[in-house]
Amino acid sequence: MSSYTLGILMLAGINLVAVLGLSLLTGFTGLFSFGHAGFMAIGAYVGAFLTVSPARDIPGLGLPLIVGVLGGGAAAGLVSWLVGRITLNLKGDYFCIATLGFGEATRLVFNNVQRFGGSRGWPLGATRDMGDIWIILAVDVVAVILVANLVKSRHGRNMIAIREEELASQVTGIDVFRYKMVSLVISAILAGAAGVLLGNYLTFINPKIFNLTKSTELIIIVIFGGLGSISGSVLGALLLTALPEVLRFFEIWRLVFYGAAVILIMISRPQGLLGGMELTPSGIRKILAERRARLALRAEAARETAEGGSR
Amino acid sequence: MNFRKAAFVVLAIALVLAGCGGKQKTDTIKVGWFGALTGDQAVWGENEFNTVKMLFEEYNAKGGIEVGGKKYMLEAIGYDNKGDAQEAVNVTNRLVSQDKVVAILGPNASGNAIPIASTLEQAKVPDIATVATNPKVTVQDGKVKPYNFRVCFIDPYQGAVAAGYAYDKLNARNAAVLYDVSDDYSQGLTEFFVKSFEGKGGKIVAKEGFTAGDKDFRAQLSKIKAANPEVIFMPYFFTEVALSATQARELGITATFMGGDGWPSPDLFKLGGKAVEGGIFVNHLDYDQPTVQDYKARYKAKYGKDTELNGYLVHDAVLMLVDGLQRAGKVDGEALAKAFESTDIQGITGRIKISPTTHNPEGKDAAIIKIVDGQYKFLENYAAQ
Repeated sequence: MSSYTLGILMLAGINLVAVLGLSLLTGFTGLFSFGHAGFMAIGAYVGAFLTVSPARDIPGLGLPLIVGVLGGGAAAGLVSWLVGRITLNLKGDYFCIATLGFGEATRLVFNNVQRFGGSRGWPLGATRDMGDIWIILAVDVVAVILVANLVKSRHGRNMIAIREEELASQVTGIDVFRYKMVSLVISAILAGAAGVLLGNYLTFINPKIFNLTKSTELIIIVIFGGLGSISGSVLGALLLTALPEVLRFFEIWRLVFYGAAVILIMISRPQGLLGGMELTPSGIRKILAERRARLALRAEAARETAEGGSR
Repeated sequence: MNFRKAAFVVLAIALVLAGCGGKQKTDTIKVGWFGALTGDQAVWGENEFNTVKMLFEEYNAKGGIEVGGKKYMLEAIGYDNKGDAQEAVNVTNRLVSQDKVVAILGPNASGNAIPIASTLEQAKVPDIATVATNPKVTVQDGKVKPYNFRVCFIDPYQGAVAAGYAYDKLNARNAAVLYDVSDDYSQGLTEFFVKSFEGKGGKIVAKEGFTAGDKDFRAQLSKIKAANPEVIFMPYFFTEVALSATQARELGITATFMGGDGWPSPDLFKLGGKAVEGGIFVNHLDYDQPTVQDYKARYKAKYGKDTELNGYLVHDAVLMLVDGLQRAGKVDGEALAKAFESTDIQGITGRIKISPTTHNPEGKDAAIIKIVDGQYKFLENYAAQ
């Protein structure tokens, strides 16, 4: 595999980690966040501090990457807990705006932290190790298993209930605030871990990388892949990370085609690629069964009209 | 055709077309270029790529260049990276692994030039950055990066020139700085201006920041006015320069405005008008110097518009590339990087003598330009002490 293809796969894997978290928050709990790049930034900077060699111009602690991933995720999770305590009582659009503010504020804070290079950025490692794909894949697998099991558990059901009807779920005794918090913290941990991996891949971080565009990119992947679908998030992360590169043939028009492709798919499938579906063996059986039932129903209806016409 | 089918057709066509790129031609030297062709830096990216294409066409029209006794045509392969660090890594990977270029020209932004170093090193493909002025583009942790080069001076030098000129020539003792906190270039220049100015014995009476996209600078400017500086250093790009200069004059600030190589653009006068009159900035070259006139005219004739600053520097990057290829005697990235280390050529922006220990052009004088009657007036070449 060429370093080009491998590089894109690595980026897709990194995006997937963040997207899975956001999928839990947006797809399963119904909270839209436009500030996840902020959590990625926190993860990236903490991770960089833990992993960068002490011998460099801007030194770190020189710990292994996996410690960085855990530490960066933990830091982002901690910050999200603080943010959540203040903002999670906000409903709908207001929460969305609060996260947007958080994301931008985080970026501006890092612009001013000269210890970490400020807006001039922080060169991390001297070499990009393409073998890190295995670490990225391992984090992906862990994240998929974590999120998939969570949404199938009682806790996940409660989150879905909140997404469907917040007031009703509160009435039935679900601690809405707590489940929103759990969802937010897990999604922030994953975003933080993704930030560490991204910094490690780029061998360089600056606050500009974690701007609003990055947050929107993540949310577009979640919606494109399909809300409430983990396999949709996987597929979305792969396709939308590769798409701008595949479209290079169109030169300066490629972003126009990128936008057009996304719009076309959203028009033809408003629920996203795999909205509410899962590409697991049981999920596929379910989809097929539903399709059969729908076809049978349609055939029935057709027969009835035909009979009605002949009478 | 319904939308779903249309979407699939669009995607399928894109995939097929993308799959059949990259034909192999014989006796062609492939050279990569990347930079922003879309987004807010597209003006400079387009200008650079146009210049590269124009120069390559001119070489090819003359029968190509001779390397190791054999004639080769030059082919430029350019990609857009939106000025984004992540895409910079993607396109570099693509250029070295799919297009198999022998060297890469660009990018102009330091934040894009730093993350590609590792890829260049692994693929043994040298890169010549155009206006990436952050020292860390070529030197990191006291070690020179073997495959990164540049044709421009660096921020510490530019900052020292501006500070030195303000202190020694303008006799300023109190300076204020207004800068873009969110921009790497602006932060870098600020740091080195302050260091040099204070080192000479001057005083920074105010240092105020803003964030990219800000349109109103009156709060910061009021504080600067209260500090009463003789010089205000404005190390950011022309749009904000024009806005902040206009607002400063409205507030009654009479101090001299100074800036760096983010200033020069035809738009500076359109937006800034009288407010930027008398402003002094540090530039890579004097636009009126005889050596650049020929290139300026050729560019205008071919593309119907004036070249920007980046064009001059990428022009010299191309000269450096051709010289390097001829001296290397073979089309090979590793040999080319070796040859680059002993570059000593006369470019249109000045003498380009690459230092093997820093991969920067040594002793390139900076030009001091003053804005007089809506024109750039060259004052003098000035070297920082």
